[in-house]
Amino acid sequence: MLITTPNIPDADGFYAELLDLHESHTKEESDALNARLVLLLANHIGDRKVLSEAITAAKLKK
Amino acid sequence: MTKIFETPLYPYTRSPDQDVSRIRHPVVVIGAGPVGLAAAIDLAQQDVPVIVLDDNDKVSFGSRAICFAKRPLEILDRLGCGDPMVNKGVTWNTGKVFFGKRETYKFDLQADAGHKRPAFINLQQYYLEEYLVNRVRELEAEGKPIEIRGRNKVSAIARHDDQVTLEIDTPEGPYNLEAEWLIACDGANSPTRRMLGFDFVGRIFEDNFLIADVIMEADFPSERWFWFDPPFNKGQSALLHKQPDGVWRIDLQLGWDIDIEREKRPENVIPRLRAMLGEDARFDLEWVSIYTFQCRRMENFRHGRVLFAGDSAHQVSPFGARGANSGLQDTDNLIWKLKLVLDGKAPDTLLDTYDAERVYGAEENILNSSRSTDFITPKSDISRIFRDAVLDLAEQHEFARPLVNSGRLSVPCVYDGSSLNTPDETTLPEDTRPGAPALDAPLADFWLLDALGNHFQLLAIGTDAPDFLDVDGIRVETLRVAPGESPTFDDRYLGEKSSAIYLMRPDQHVAARWVEYDEAAVRNAVLRATAQA
Ligand SMILES: Cc1cc2nc3c(=O)[nH]c(=O)nc-3n(C[C@H](O)[C@H](O)[C@H](O)COP(=O)(O)OP(=O)(O)OC[C@H]3O[C@@H](n4cnc5c(N)ncnc54)[C@H](O)[C@@H]3O)c2cc1C
Repeated sequence: MLITTPNIPDADGFYAELLDLHESHTKEESDALNARLVLLLANHIGDRKVLSEAITAAKLKK
Repeated sequence: MTKIFETPLYPYTRSPDQDVSRIRHPVVVIGAGPVGLAAAIDLAQQDVPVIVLDDNDKVSFGSRAICFAKRPLEILDRLGCGDPMVNKGVTWNTGKVFFGKRETYKFDLQADAGHKRPAFINLQQYYLEEYLVNRVRELEAEGKPIEIRGRNKVSAIARHDDQVTLEIDTPEGPYNLEAEWLIACDGANSPTRRMLGFDFVGRIFEDNFLIADVIMEADFPSERWFWFDPPFNKGQSALLHKQPDGVWRIDLQLGWDIDIEREKRPENVIPRLRAMLGEDARFDLEWVSIYTFQCRRMENFRHGRVLFAGDSAHQVSPFGARGANSGLQDTDNLIWKLKLVLDGKAPDTLLDTYDAERVYGAEENILNSSRSTDFITPKSDISRIFRDAVLDLAEQHEFARPLVNSGRLSVPCVYDGSSLNTPDETTLPEDTRPGAPALDAPLADFWLLDALGNHFQLLAIGTDAPDFLDVDGIRVETLRVAPGESPTFDDRYLGEKSSAIYLMRPDQHVAARWVEYDEAAVRNAVLRATAQA
């Protein structure tokens, strides 16, 4: 099951690191970074059902 | 060039049928491409008289299909053409993927050992067709009822309840034929399909590919090289693959807005190839063509007494080598069913399961080939971003490599859910479940698949069954294998169990299986596998 309750220790630190990653990159480079990050995280999760749930959750409820 | 594809292999000769008003044949095949020839050989081997009509008299021009997978090679073995294919073909199992200027990774296709045939061979389609024609000649010499009629162009077709009537043009004028059953193997532009007014719908991919076969003395290894966005073909893809006789297949993506006639001229092709192969590469062009492709299929492959097989029924992109490979699986599926129907041993509804099983196979091929195409030619900015991300990651991280899709090479279709399967109540190995093609395995002194096919068989492992069984006129023979004879066989057919009985169809697919012999269960399964229960 996809975890949708707070699960990241040091939420602020993680968020800052994510923004740092994109610091001083062009839009194109940022898009590529994001895509690579999604793929790395998806592989780490590895559970096909959880991935589908995450894809659905990303669309937000209407 | 004096190539095999320029020599008439089945020149026109006058048939006695042209001098009578109308003669009826049990089976007529339209098209002497790989699929039509395979269908005819399969029928003749089982003594069903068959006539093949082709508007041409030569093998296919240019090499077209080059990559033949294990399952079609096994089918060709059953048709008596496996050895020349494998002896002539180039065996390969290493692939390399390049992105931009860099080699991203290398992969080894070496699938599990213990199969008579390799995972793939590369061989020009004209050789396959030549070997099939040779086999037809061999069968003729044995007195089998098979005939190819070159320069016999089917120009009109009419369907009736009990027959199909054909009008045929020849160099000496038209004549008529009647067929109890018609198999249309007349290719992607199928005149049969058009004349009968059936749809052929699907997706067109807006892209052009330059396909060139070059003869060159080069020391590229026998590997498949695929480039995404190479310096010599910016923003597009490229493929290099080896064939026998020093012939190399080169495939260059060109994009949509191009002038096809211009791009095909040698003065425009040669500089492109030089950029790819190096300035001092010495090569001759054997064949050049530009193609676009579509992924589409007929809604149904059976229309009464007309059966469609091969490209006439379905078309896929070349990535994944599924065209010719899947056409051979069509006739493999069809011919034993047609034989039982012709012999009056099964109802003609058995042929509806040809439609069901092969439509299922075609869907699988279309899905795989569309996915490859979407990876090779991203259709939007975001799909290109993800595609490039996969390729960049693949160089450093193994996890991303299975996501790289430059064509998923053809693997046989498992007819899960087919009405011919008896539901499986065993815990025998998953890969040999009902619907699956039998997996080959070495036995004490022969290969399993060489002992299977052409009729129903029981495979009795570690338990006995009668030598043969007659199920309403259908003969079932038993092949016994002792556990321990071959560990590979035991892995594939027994798993954790100590005994098993498999019911095999004439096309070497598993119909049913049990852990012990039970005559009533076997009889039911045979009836079920022939659409009688
Ligand atoms: C440029 C190109 C590249 C390809 N590359 C690959 C590849 O790399 N891998 C792969 O697996 N597949 C490839 N294919 C597809 C592969 O060649 C086909 O899937 C395969 O040839 C299909 O065989 P077939 O017998 O169904 O049809 P075909 O080979 O097309 O044969 C149809 C036959 O019907 C005959 N015919 C047509 N109309 C009539 C008529 N009215 N009367 C009598 N006869 C008629 C024709 O003369 C022909 O002989 C390629 C195809 C093309 C065109």
